[in-house]
Amino acid sequence: MPLISFTTHLQSVGPDEPKRYCGRTLGEVLEAVARDFPRLPGYLFDDQGQLRKHLAIFVDGAMQPRDQALSCPLTDDSEVHIFQALSGG
Amino acid sequence: MSDRLFVATRKGLFEFRKASSNWDVARTSFLGSPVTQVIRDPRDGALYATLDLGHFGVKLHRSEDGGANWKEIAVPSYAGVDADAKDPPSLKLLWVLEPGGADQPGLLWAGTIPGGLFISRDRGESWSLIISLWNDPRRKLWFGGGYDYPGIHSISVDPRDSNCLAVGASCGGVWETKDLGQNWTLGGKGMRAAYLPPEQAGTPETQDPHRLVRCPNAPDRFWVQHHNGIFRGLDGVATWEEIHAPHSGFGFGVAVHPRQPDTAWFVPAVKDEFRYPENGKLKVARTDDAGRSFKYFTKGLPQDHAYDLIYRHGLVIDQTGEGLAMGSTTGGLWFSEDGGESWDGASARLPPIYALHFA
Repeated sequence: MPLISFTTHLQSVGPDEPKRYCGRTLGEVLEAVARDFPRLPGYLFDDQGQLRKHLAIFVDGAMQPRDQALSCPLTDDSEVHIFQALSGG
Repeated sequence: MSDRLFVATRKGLFEFRKASSNWDVARTSFLGSPVTQVIRDPRDGALYATLDLGHFGVKLHRSEDGGANWKEIAVPSYAGVDADAKDPPSLKLLWVLEPGGADQPGLLWAGTIPGGLFISRDRGESWSLIISLWNDPRRKLWFGGGYDYPGIHSISVDPRDSNCLAVGASCGGVWETKDLGQNWTLGGKGMRAAYLPPEQAGTPETQDPHRLVRCPNAPDRFWVQHHNGIFRGLDGVATWEEIHAPHSGFGFGVAVHPRQPDTAWFVPAVKDEFRYPENGKLKVARTDDAGRSFKYFTKGLPQDHAYDLIYRHGLVIDQTGEGLAMGSTTGGLWFSEDGGESWDGASARLPPIYALHFA
């Protein structure tokens, strides 16, 4: 199962350490995570169901274009990191 | 005077309490997170705080115990609204929250950017877009002022009839419903927009009222701090008289006395391209005669290189009509107990202040 970890900014609403979830794509894995953490989707997706634009998603070390990230295929050995983009203030 | 004030800031929510003659921080919540709005529902005592988490969206929290504990609840959603549009709407900011009438327990109103009005009948557990206003062809002419999208920042329930509501939008004018949002009347006759071609200056649906307030004891009397000056509502939101103040008429905040509709407060700033107090000296304007004359007060306010701007939700008045509070973009917080004639500053060095609420 792919291993997914989230920025510390999301630890109050998501897993607080890397965790394995079933899924053949990133979208499926996030659906699985959401079953354990129902508040998390509101932080990852806007109300039109789009990934929030200031998320930075890496799959096996490669940053994924936001408009294609959910369909990104994963293997059992895949590692996913979800960060937030840097910002000021 | 009220002895509790909630202060929503760029870096959290601060509860101030007055002890003897000093206002001090009694509690902090959401430290580090932008809190854009806070209200206390007088019907059940619940507190509501809206957060703009930027990367992670807009959130709404409710507290049942005066702010000790908070629970995240639902936010207004544009899911399924105009889904086929090239740029479908999505919640950018929960700009204003208002409780419904005393006879409507649990009913809340929310105004957002983009310019949707939402209703909740279950204390914010779920929200519905007021579709009649959203689909009004005149609403589609609204445009953003300062933000990329227009938004509703002022909601005023008529104390005589809770189904009657006045709404202010930037840049979308002033509107009124008498049937809980099913039908809408566009007001704003007499308002003037200098940011439009001259022939469109009077177009009501593109006016920019920065803030709309109603006198609770004279519910047909309104004041608006508009992008292009001060306006007085004579008969609900339908007809407006422009008021010419001796100093700048530009600003964002406005407060009206709860029982005296001719008495209102403003915080003037150099007009729109600059937006700071004239000569770096912060002052508060008060009219006691419906705008025929103004008094300007500076006692207790910074008069040496002060560049504090008071946002639209940053000037509030309590139920006595004597107590006021004012919070600025540079974190200044001041209290007045004499109708704005003198002010005491809080000692705390606060983050930029978005909204205040006496509770």
